Parts: sequence; C-alpha cells; structure tokens
Amino acid sequence: MGGTFYGVLMNILKVLAQRLSYALALLIAVLVLNFTMINLAPGDVVDTIAADMGGASAELMEQIHTEYGLDKPIIVQLGNYVWRVLQFDLGHSYFYNRPVTEMIFERLPATLLLVFSAQIFALILGILLGVFAAIRPNGILSHIVTLFALFGYAAPVFWTGILLLIAFSLNIPLFPVAGMRDVTIDGGFFPQALSVAHHLVLPMLSLGSIFIALYSRLCRASMLEVLGSDYIRTAKAKGLSPRDVTLKHGLKNALPPVVTLAGLQFSAVISGAVLVESVFSWPGLGQLALTSILARDTPTILGILFFSALVVIIGNLLTDLALRLIDPRIRKST
Amino acid sequence: MKTRVLTKLAMAISGAAMLCSTAMAEEPVRGGTLVTTLPQTPRHLNPAVQSGIVTGAPGAQLFAAPLRYDEDWTPQPYLAESWEWSDDGLSMTLKLVQDARFHDGEPITSEDVAFSVDTIKANHPFKTMFGVVETVETPDAHTAVLKLSQPHPALLLAMSSQLMPIIPKHIYGDGQDPKAHPRNGQDVVGSGPFKFVEFTADQQVILERNGDFFIEGRPYLDRIVYRIIKDASARAIGMENGELHMTTFENTVRNIKRMSENENLVATDEGYAAIGPINWLAFNTGSDGPLADKRVRQAIAYAVDKKFILDAIMLGLSQEAKTGIHPGSPLYYPDVNGYDLDLDKANALLDEAGYPADSSGTRFSLTIDHGNPTTKPQAEFTKASLAKIGIDVTVNSFVDFPTWANKISNHDFDMTWDTVFNWGDPVIGVHRTYDSQNIKEGVIWSNTQQYKNAEIDRIMGEAGQEIDPEKRAALYKEFQEILAEDLPVYWTNTLPYHTIYSNKVGNPPLGIWASSSPYDLVFLKE
Repeated sequence: MGGTFYGVLMNILKVLAQRLSYALALLIAVLVLNFTMINLAPGDVVDTIAADMGGASAELMEQIHTEYGLDKPIIVQLGNYVWRVLQFDLGHSYFYNRPVTEMIFERLPATLLLVFSAQIFALILGILLGVFAAIRPNGILSHIVTLFALFGYAAPVFWTGILLLIAFSLNIPLFPVAGMRDVTIDGGFFPQALSVAHHLVLPMLSLGSIFIALYSRLCRASMLEVLGSDYIRTAKAKGLSPRDVTLKHGLKNALPPVVTLAGLQFSAVISGAVLVESVFSWPGLGQLALTSILARDTPTILGILFFSALVVIIGNLLTDLALRLIDPRIRKST
Repeated sequence: MKTRVLTKLAMAISGAAMLCSTAMAEEPVRGGTLVTTLPQTPRHLNPAVQSGIVTGAPGAQLFAAPLRYDEDWTPQPYLAESWEWSDDGLSMTLKLVQDARFHDGEPITSEDVAFSVDTIKANHPFKTMFGVVETVETPDAHTAVLKLSQPHPALLLAMSSQLMPIIPKHIYGDGQDPKAHPRNGQDVVGSGPFKFVEFTADQQVILERNGDFFIEGRPYLDRIVYRIIKDASARAIGMENGELHMTTFENTVRNIKRMSENENLVATDEGYAAIGPINWLAFNTGSDGPLADKRVRQAIAYAVDKKFILDAIMLGLSQEAKTGIHPGSPLYYPDVNGYDLDLDKANALLDEAGYPADSSGTRFSLTIDHGNPTTKPQAEFTKASLAKIGIDVTVNSFVDFPTWANKISNHDFDMTWDTVFNWGDPVIGVHRTYDSQNIKEGVIWSNTQQYKNAEIDRIMGEAGQEIDPEKRAALYKEFQEILAEDLPVYWTNTLPYHTIYSNKVGNPPLGIWASSSPYDLVFLKE
C-alpha cells in the first residue's frame, strides 16, 4: 500500500509542476490579450465616471485622465501594468478607488461557493438522472429526463432564474429574492451559515440547471455503452444483483467521461455565474465583472479575468486529480 | 428685497405642511427598520464630491444641508434656520441652528459650511452650482455669508441635500484628496438624521438612527437598510412578497404596472421634479447634412408620434415633456408647439427645405444611435415613423456606455435618443445643453448638438442672474418658446421614474428630491 501511495504522490507532483508552468504562460497571455482588447474599444472609464456623476466638465475629465495615467500611450500603459502584476500588484480600481486584490478577495468566496455548489449539485443530479435513464433507455422516465434536461440546457440562465424567483419567492414564498444573507440576523456561525444556505438555493438551482442536461445526457450515453459491454454480461452471468452490476461495474466505468466534461465546463460555470449573480444580487465576482466591464474599469476587469483563469486552472487540476482517483488506468499511463 | 424667514414660525408651518400633505392625520410611530433599495452600488457615500442618485439617497440621510424642499419647490429651514439675500443679490447669509452636532459629537459650525462649499466647488462635477461663490465669510460660529461675483438664484435649490451636504472639516479637511478620501465610503461621519453602520459593495448600506439629531424627536425609524439589487424584476418581486418596504427610481414600465396592481403597494411618480429626467431625440445641428436646417428637425418631430411613445412604449406612466425644463418645475412653460403627429406638415416642411423625394420615395438617409437599452423601442419607432416621410434611417445600438458616449460627445452622429437630468435649477442641468460656450468635444451631456443661438445665450445669461422670480419665469418662457421653434432636440417625455412603497410606510419621500431628501419624517406603521 505504501509503495502505491508514494507512486501516486510523485505522479501528482509531476503533473502539478507541469501544469503550473502552463498556467503561468496562460495567465500572462490572458492579461496581455485582454488589456489590448479592452483598449481597442472607443471611450474609457472617464466617460462612465462622468456619466455616474450626471455629466462632467472638460477640465475634470482631463484631470482624471492624467491622474490614472490614461493620457500615456497604450504600450506604455500595458508595460506598466504587466510590470506591476509581476510584482503581485493588480493595481487600483479606477471606478471604486480601492485595491483590486482587496475587492476580489472580498468576493471570491461568494463566487466559489456558488460555482462549486452548482457544479456539485449538477453532477450529482445529472449522474443520478443519467443512470436512471440508462436502466430503461426507452422508458417514460428516460424521456422525461431528456425533456427536462434539454429544457434546462436551452433556457437562458437568467430567464430560468427569474422563473424560479417568480415561483419560489413570489407565488410560494420559500426563498429570499436577493442577496447572500439576511442582515437582520445577528447570531453566531450557524444561524449565519443557515441564512447563506437559504439564500444559495435558487442561484444554485438556476446555475446548475444548464449543466444537469449535459451531465445526465453524457452519463446516460456512457452508461448505455458500458452496460452493453462484455464484462457487464459476465457480471450478470456471475449472478450479481442488478444493483451491483449497475453501480459497481457500470457506473464506475461510465464516470470518467462525465468527470472530464465537468472539468472542461468549469469556465462555462464561471461565465454562467456572471448572469446568475446579477439576477439574484449574489455579491460575487460576476457582479463585479459586469459592473467593471460596463464601466471600462480596466484594472478590475483584468484582475477578475486573472483570478477566473486561476480558478479554471485549479478546477481543471482538481478534475485531473479526481480522474486519477477514480480511474487507475490514467494513474499508470503518465 | 428681503426674504427673511422667521425661525420658529417657519419651522412650525413647514413641519405642519409636510405632515398634512403627505399622510393625513396619521400619527408617526417611532421604531422599525425600513428596507429599501439602490439599483446599483454607489462609488461611495459622500455627495459633496460625487453626484448621482445612488450616492444622493444614503448621502441625504448621512448629511444635512442648509435647506430642504417638500413637493411645492418652496425652501424650508433645515440646518439653516434662516437664509437671506442681500439687496444687491451678491451675498447670502445663512444662520445655522444652535446645538447641531456631527455624528462624532463635534459641533457643526459656519467653518464646516465654508469648508463644504469650498470642497464642492473644487470637486463636484456641476461647476455652475457654486462657480460664482467667491468666498464664504464666517463672522461667528453660526453665521455663514456666501459672497457671490454675480446674483445667482440657482443657489437656493443647490443648497439641498443632493447638492450641498455639510461635511465635517475636522474629518475631510485633513489634507487628503476629498475625491479619494477613505472616509467617503467607510466610517462616514455626517450631520444628518442617520448614522453610518455598514457599506458593503453589491450587498447593502445600513444606517441607524442618530439619537442626537438637531430636530427634536426625529428621525422616527431605528434603521434604514438599502439593499443593492440591480435586477429590476427581482426588486419588483421583493416588493410584492413583502421583503422590501420601498423602492425608488423604478423605470421599467412593466414592473411598475405589475406592482401598482398589488393592493398592498402604492406606486407614484411624485418626487422626481427636481432631478427632472427628460427623454429626447437629439439632432446634430452642426453636421453638414439636412439636420442643420431647423425645418428638417421640425418635420422629424411632426412625424414621430409622441402619443405612441407615451401610451404604447411608456404605458401611460410618464408625462409629456414639451421643453427642456421638467413639467414638474414651476418654470415649465407648456404653451409651446408640441409637434403632435402631422405627416402632411412634415412632408411640406421637407419639400420647402429642398429635399424632394426620389423615384423610390426616399428623400435622404440618416443614422440614429442609442446607448441606453431602454431607448431601443424609441429608436426603432423613429425609424418606422420617418420611413413614412421618405427619410431612410439606420439604427445603431451601443450596448456599452463609453462607446456611445464617445461617439456622441465627439459629434460623430446624426440623431440619438438620450435622457438628461435637470438637477434642480435650470442653471445646473438645463443650460449645459443649449449654451454655445459649452460645445466641448469628448464631454457627454455638454451641448453635443452643437446648437448655437446668440439670443438663447443672452437669455440664459440674464435668467441665471435674475433674482426676481416673476422676471425669471418670463425669461425662461421666452427661452422655451425659442427652443421649441429651433428644436435642437425633440423632447418627448419624462422618464417614468416611480416610487413604490408598501402601505406600511408613512410619509414616503415624495418631495421634489425623491430619495435624495432626508428620511427623518418617514415611519413604519405597525
């Protein structure tokens, strides 16, 4: 057992080192590309600051341009920016006038909570539905699952969100309409956590709804393929119970493609979070991203993209590790 | 001319007037937490250096101003118990109430008033408010004298909470840049009816009762929670399920309609006259094309049916606006040409201007830009309407504000739908659109139409300095008549801003400054 454990650990460390070097290159590319793209569009943050104030004078706008160094050539601005980031300084938000890192760390937990819970919820429900649908591929349940899943996938996530709000905040008032916690609750950790969980349900459902479809469809297909293979027939012939055959032999082998897809979908979950956060006023990175994109607040946008890239990289890494845990073949091959 | 106001009498009358006009015979109750909304996160909470309604709303609770206004545009005493013009109109003497204190216990003195005026003058985007204030003299701790370089009647409306918060010199006068001061958003120390508790971006602003407020017995509420909810439908659902007591500045007509049908809610458009938002179709009068000719602009106005915009697009929830001054203002002059639909006149004007239709029925082509997504229906409607008089229109949508603002402010457009705010006195928010000196490249909501009329410049110059209200109204009447003829923009309607409040709310803020007025009279019935 010790030898295998050591082997797995070395293997994981090797993968980590390789991934980290890719990640660094990717992060710098993210910054440079996005900086260039943002600056290609006409207008800048000074226009939105002026709009936010209900109009401004030419002198004031010029003054803000100089203060933020926006009067310098783009290439100089880009150089300054990358140099600062290499010193672990993401700069100051033009719009909120606060350190970008501080704002991001304030909001990162909310987004992570939403993204991970939606992802886990979608995976569990998707796999369950997929398995049920695969047991009787032409049964009525299978069709219902397909219909339900396609609906979730096809409907725009903000629309699903508003429908859920109308159903479960207005018609059957079970859940709050917006925010992350009830500010009138003063209790300790548990009442607070309970309040957050209460607020989390609807956003998690709407964000998860898109991915349930993906996971259940893939799980169903993968299960059908596995259930038709020889070793399943052998297992059945050995006289194992149908439950054991489906779960231990079937599901275990059908799972890797689903987990791989879940990892690939990580970036999609994060971009979905932008919309869901806006509908439910969830105070995460997505809302900050939307505000700063509309405001052309370059340092904040770049900071968020930087962190989103980081989250995607970490998510993919976790997927890789998870695959290694559930599938010994991958463990051995690298 | 003296307009000396006697302290006690005025206080009694105004207090009584406010109570009678809002909630008849309803006895205010102490206590409770009012849960209301902000549609976006404010940059910070100090209105002295930041304009806009999301800073103005909590700002008006945190900071008191010299004057306050109810629904009839008459100034009322607030932090100033009296205010007096000199005979030549070149100085304004404010007497502050005794014993008023900031939230940290320091007394509010004339030094703070002088400091506030200086700070606002140097940092606030509306330069015309205090531009003519040369110095503020402080003969004693409770007297401040504003010395002006020319008579400036706009000062009266500028002395309200949205535009002239009294901020503590001992906090903001520490030499740091007031625009970026750390106390603008955290640990704010103010002079108003509510004290700062918490401000979390994208979540909430929480304020609590100032027990040491200078008006005895007020405010009535214990707390105000502003929940920051950007989605208009989510706010509407929150109002309907009772999570929210009140929401202000709602302008999505379908949500307003739905909320107004709820028997526990009251929806009203009262309270937005001073902020004064007006929708208009702007013409680039300085372009080389047909829009330089006022007959073409008039023809377009005749062809775009204002009634359709009011009834079908705004669902009857906004008012007709015939001029650049908000219909709720006492200076509004409605007896001008409103350009009601008349296609024959429109065609005749275009013929007269020398733009005959070609064989396909087209006279010329124009573009129309819109930046604000809520004006998209108007833009599409304009295209359809102008096709009827042979003008071929291309609609360009700009989702993000800076792109649109850049195009318009650099005069690279034919027509655009826009919404511009009056901000109290015409000197602050109206003159900027028509002043030939204010054609400034790159500055949105300057005179982006490039409209030039020496007569209009002259009238604005005079009206800006005319202290006599009747003479002033006469000048603005002429101003509106000339503009309605020249038509640099075609005004159609006010923005359908509504305040929606639960029937539990007593004394909702329906004065001319809506949510940017102090909530010391608001209470919750239980």
